[in-house]
Amino acid sequence: MIEGKNISKTFGDRKVLENVSLTLEKGITNLIIGQSGMGKTVLLKCLVGLVKADQGQVFYDNRAFSKMSFNEMKEIRQEIGMLFQGGALFDSLTVEQNVMFPLTMFTTQTPQQKLERANFCLSRVNLENVNKLFPSELSGGMKKRVAIARAISMNPRYLFCDEPNSGLDPQTAHLIDELIKEITLEYNMTTVVVTHDMNSVLEIGEKIYFLYQGKLWWEGDKHNILHTDNTELQAFVFTSELTKRLRPKKGG
Amino acid sequence: MKFLFHFGRYLSLIRQAFQQPQKQSIYVRQILVEMENLGLASVGIVAIISVFMGAVVAIQMAFNIDTPLIPSYTIGFVTRQSVILEFSPTIISLILAGKVGSRIASELGTMRVTEQIDALEIMGINPATFLVLPKIVASMLINPFLIGMSMILSVGGGWLAGIATGLFPSAEYIYGIQSFFHLYDIFYALIKTVVFAFIIASVSAYNGYYTKGGALEVGEASTNGVVYSSIAIIFMNLILTQILLA
Repeated sequence: MIEGKNISKTFGDRKVLENVSLTLEKGITNLIIGQSGMGKTVLLKCLVGLVKADQGQVFYDNRAFSKMSFNEMKEIRQEIGMLFQGGALFDSLTVEQNVMFPLTMFTTQTPQQKLERANFCLSRVNLENVNKLFPSELSGGMKKRVAIARAISMNPRYLFCDEPNSGLDPQTAHLIDELIKEITLEYNMTTVVVTHDMNSVLEIGEKIYFLYQGKLWWEGDKHNILHTDNTELQAFVFTSELTKRLRPKKGG
Repeated sequence: MKFLFHFGRYLSLIRQAFQQPQKQSIYVRQILVEMENLGLASVGIVAIISVFMGAVVAIQMAFNIDTPLIPSYTIGFVTRQSVILEFSPTIISLILAGKVGSRIASELGTMRVTEQIDALEIMGINPATFLVLPKIVASMLINPFLIGMSMILSVGGGWLAGIATGLFPSAEYIYGIQSFFHLYDIFYALIKTVVFAFIIASVSAYNGYYTKGGALEVGEASTNGVVYSSIAIIFMNLILTQILLA
């Protein structure tokens, strides 16, 4: 479980996050949603320590993460897997080397053991015969899947995904969503997904936090998001023609 | 004020970089890779520039010494001194600031904007130690060899120019390059080289490491890396010359 308490962040004069408190539960996919520029990615980066919050605290299973030094954070960070928006694969390494990288850095496994683990993780994300390819030779969806394989190579307890579906076609996006949901259950992880994709919200949103103007505006799940009477959330949810059709009829 | 901000952040990056590496063996391998990328890949350009630089210095000396009162072996002597004391360590370092510095800044800048540096940090790896330290160490180890090679090729280039143009006799030139030799001059040149190598790698790395934005900013970081490391080299050249030769 990850807890964020009263997180605030300001960039210059702009207040990006204001007293955001949330509890991200274990074994389910927790979604942070909202329009672009509402502070979703900043909140995610505050949670993993890439951005230092001006105020507030983050706890990983009751361990006060935000008060730790870089060296103290290392222990928790080795339990974190993160899927970045663009994949953030290392350009100079092959797919196989990318997946093996955390194992090389933090374990004493033999090259054979590391290779076996990398192959397992790649097969888990339905990727085969790509071991020797470089990231520049992969499609967007493949990059995301390799990034997931790298993220799970160390059996993480926490998985963070920053807009995992951005730039992907609907079928690949669905595949990535399914994958995130499956591995969350399989590894019993605390998974946090930042997204503005309503398909993802309705597919994997077991717990949803809606950010609006840097504040936590609404929380719920994929079942009650369609019945919300929150005006800002309604405006976000029922934008496309498809979601408008899902809108419950008044009195219905 | 802006200078103080950047200088403070630069020192902070250096402090972060010079920390205990995660796994020694990986860093040794990284250093060897960087020595190949930053050093061996520059052998060709250094060789070409050095030969022509030595040749031009020797020809200019020959044209300028038009009095019989100055012996012609002076051409060899002055070429050697110019090359060892200034041309090879400083000019070649400035060339390397352009070639190697832009490579370092653009590599790190691209890694920053594509979140590869964030990915390292999330894994619990100190990105400064992992990415910057091997570049600095590799440059400081390989550049003295490049500059040493440059000195030899420049003096050789001067000799070739003499043979090709007939402006001065080969024997006199060879006598000149052997005359009044002080080992300290080599020591002075190598000290400068190592300091310049540190400047090239660290200043360029700083510019790339803190890049924000996209392709445009990566290009800007690359240009700034070259410009600021070149300025720092020229400034340090003055200070080191004053300290080491005064």
